[in-house]
Amino acid sequence: MPSSVRVKTLRIDDLDVAGDEQQTIFDVAVEHAIPIPTLCHLDGLGAVGACRMCLVEVTSANQTRLQPACATPIEEGMQIVTNSPRLQEYRRMILELLFAEGNHVCAVCVSNGHCELQGLAQSLGMTHVRFPYHYPQRSVDASHRRFVVDHNRCILCTRCVRVCAEIEGAHTWDVMGASSQTQVITDLNQPWAEAETCTGCGKCIHVCPTGALFEKGYSVAEMHKRRQFLPYLRAMREREP
Amino acid sequence: MNPEELHQLAEQHAHARTQIPHRIRVCAGSSCMGLHSDQLVNAIQRELKQQGLEKTCPVSGVGCMGLCSAGPLVAIDPDGILYQHVSEADVSAIVASVGNEPLEQLRCPTDIPFFTRQKRVVLEHCGQIDPERIEDALAVGGYTALLTALTEMTPAEVITHVMRSGLRGRGGAGYPTGLKWTTVAKARNPRKFVVCNGDEGDPGAFMDRGVMEGDPHRVIEAMAIAGYAVGASEGYFFVRGEYTTSVKRLRKAIMQAERNGLLGANIFGTPFSFTLEVRLGAGAFVSGEETALIASIEGRRGTPTPRPPYPAEQGLWGCPTLINNVATLASIPPIINHGSEWYASMGTANSKGTHVFALTGKVVNTGLIEVPLGTTLREVIFEIGGGIPNGHSFKAVQMGGPSGGCIPAEHLDTPLGYEALQRIGAMMGSGGILVLDDTSSMVEVARFFMEFCMTESCGKCVPCRVGTVQMHHLLTRISTGTATAHDLALLESLCDLVQHTSLCGLGRSAPNPVLSTLRYFRNEYEASLTSTPSNELIPLTARPPAPPTQGPNGKGA
Repeated sequence: MPSSVRVKTLRIDDLDVAGDEQQTIFDVAVEHAIPIPTLCHLDGLGAVGACRMCLVEVTSANQTRLQPACATPIEEGMQIVTNSPRLQEYRRMILELLFAEGNHVCAVCVSNGHCELQGLAQSLGMTHVRFPYHYPQRSVDASHRRFVVDHNRCILCTRCVRVCAEIEGAHTWDVMGASSQTQVITDLNQPWAEAETCTGCGKCIHVCPTGALFEKGYSVAEMHKRRQFLPYLRAMREREP
Repeated sequence: MNPEELHQLAEQHAHARTQIPHRIRVCAGSSCMGLHSDQLVNAIQRELKQQGLEKTCPVSGVGCMGLCSAGPLVAIDPDGILYQHVSEADVSAIVASVGNEPLEQLRCPTDIPFFTRQKRVVLEHCGQIDPERIEDALAVGGYTALLTALTEMTPAEVITHVMRSGLRGRGGAGYPTGLKWTTVAKARNPRKFVVCNGDEGDPGAFMDRGVMEGDPHRVIEAMAIAGYAVGASEGYFFVRGEYTTSVKRLRKAIMQAERNGLLGANIFGTPFSFTLEVRLGAGAFVSGEETALIASIEGRRGTPTPRPPYPAEQGLWGCPTLINNVATLASIPPIINHGSEWYASMGTANSKGTHVFALTGKVVNTGLIEVPLGTTLREVIFEIGGGIPNGHSFKAVQMGGPSGGCIPAEHLDTPLGYEALQRIGAMMGSGGILVLDDTSSMVEVARFFMEFCMTESCGKCVPCRVGTVQMHHLLTRISTGTATAHDLALLESLCDLVQHTSLCGLGRSAPNPVLSTLRYFRNEYEASLTSTPSNELIPLTARPPAPPTQGPNGKGA
């Protein structure tokens, strides 16, 4: 193989590291076992930088900025701080905003105990929500034979949209509306059962970080999500000529 | 078309203009059109025909003449007479007065500071020529800068010219235009694009619209020059869909330019080819953000993506893309024609040239103005603007729309410039100047802009999508007197979060109106706080109760 890849050296939390120029800050951090919380990012899917949980302080050319680790390519000489008190406070506040935005009632959720939103709140020490809850009126679509989408629990990470378009190639899921009216939709906002492009593969169910997407037949706290398939599929696809 | 033909055409059309003893210009900018100036043009046309004057005194609709508060405006050339608030009833008197004594009761004085204190560079031909006729544009020297660039300059020379002029992006951020051009020019890709950002959406901003409606050929010429400089042969106009007049005139102008060989293959017989297309925004404010704009042109949902990669490296369909604002591009032809030193001689040390502003709000003269940077706000508001009407006093000026801030009276002598405004917590923005008088509540101003950001948030990133709703809620509570000191502290921490963690410029600048009003008018916030928190629930996205409005007959509407 030609050695066309350029190696860049940088510093993450007092650790000097190196990575190839294609890698993001998050990729390099993971390789060196430096934890950075994520929510919309999932290994194997394209990065969107939407949830802002993985923001890190990046100092480059005498400028310090907050950049999403999942979507920022590494640069020579970057100085990165992944877990300052300021970042911790921001992450907690973002979680508070998410909990205030939807109708997240863990006690009755299929994903209770296996939910990434819940898990982050616990691990980052978000003990209460200072903001008033929106209590939005959102719907549940249980029209599909096997799957359910509960918009009350959706945090709009768009993992389902990406896995459906990038991995399954169906592009059943998309985003509709804007601001507080944003929601994920199947096809052109039809009931899921009538979305003709859906192959019923269930990948969206398993990448969903919360209980917004789940399989029928599971009760409270019973929905375990398995996403081991994702890096494998991605790797196999990249190997193709 | 070859260079000789261009000169010939220009001379021919300029000569034709001098052969006509009188011309009537009617402002057909959006503001005057709103007052039916298009019907005025037809009425004058009919009257001229009736009096047998249509050959010796043609009438044409022109772009914005500037003084919107006096519209509809009608000008008589070459006498330099300007009539204000013209209605159809005045038409026969106006036509009869051509070449005779002017009608004093309708006259708008043209020696007032509003006209004399301006320096029109971008708007030089706006309001002077018929934007729907390429002949008019050619007669006043249109496309000569493109000719100079293509036949006498290398692309690198054009860029150096722009760099030396000190021109900075007029969209708001103020990035040096020459530097942006170099980045795209240096990118190694056979396919590149030039995009003109005409998605002007700030409340109270109509600079780009004025330029696109008044002198579309100027922008087309600049696009071609930019294409030549950076090595692109395809360009897009991204215009917000609500600007129907701009779109109509741009499309017409592109067609005329193509027909005359000023766009298309081998322009002026050189190897340079350039094509242009108009794309319409679908109504989202955020589509003016450059990464969202790219997504929208590509046919995707208009949401921003993280930068880097910057559009200069990876833009439209992954190709290097130059994105410039309308007013930035419209500044290019004069820079080529008159030289970079001439342009750099105007303005301040770091902010060169002139800037178009939309002057609105509680000020006597509202409209479209252009002044050299370095002019103070006091001059703009009290000399050009004519001060505050109805005996009220000046309170603050809001600059930069939802991304900008409020400037109080103590900073009125700040010279207009990118850094100078940033230091006092405002920003140049695209150029909206909204004057507020002593009847305006600053909390209400902040709440208004927050409501705008809340509804215009694309919904992609959490701090902007949810944070703006919460901030709007807190501002509503403060303005209705149901908030406590704790709420104010929460508002401030939310401002900090949204400002620093949002994905794009919309979210990052959304707290600016709050931060700047807090900086200068904190007392207004604190005065409306209560010590007893109410248990009343305000729906999160609700507006506060509207003040009782007065009907036309003095009774409540």
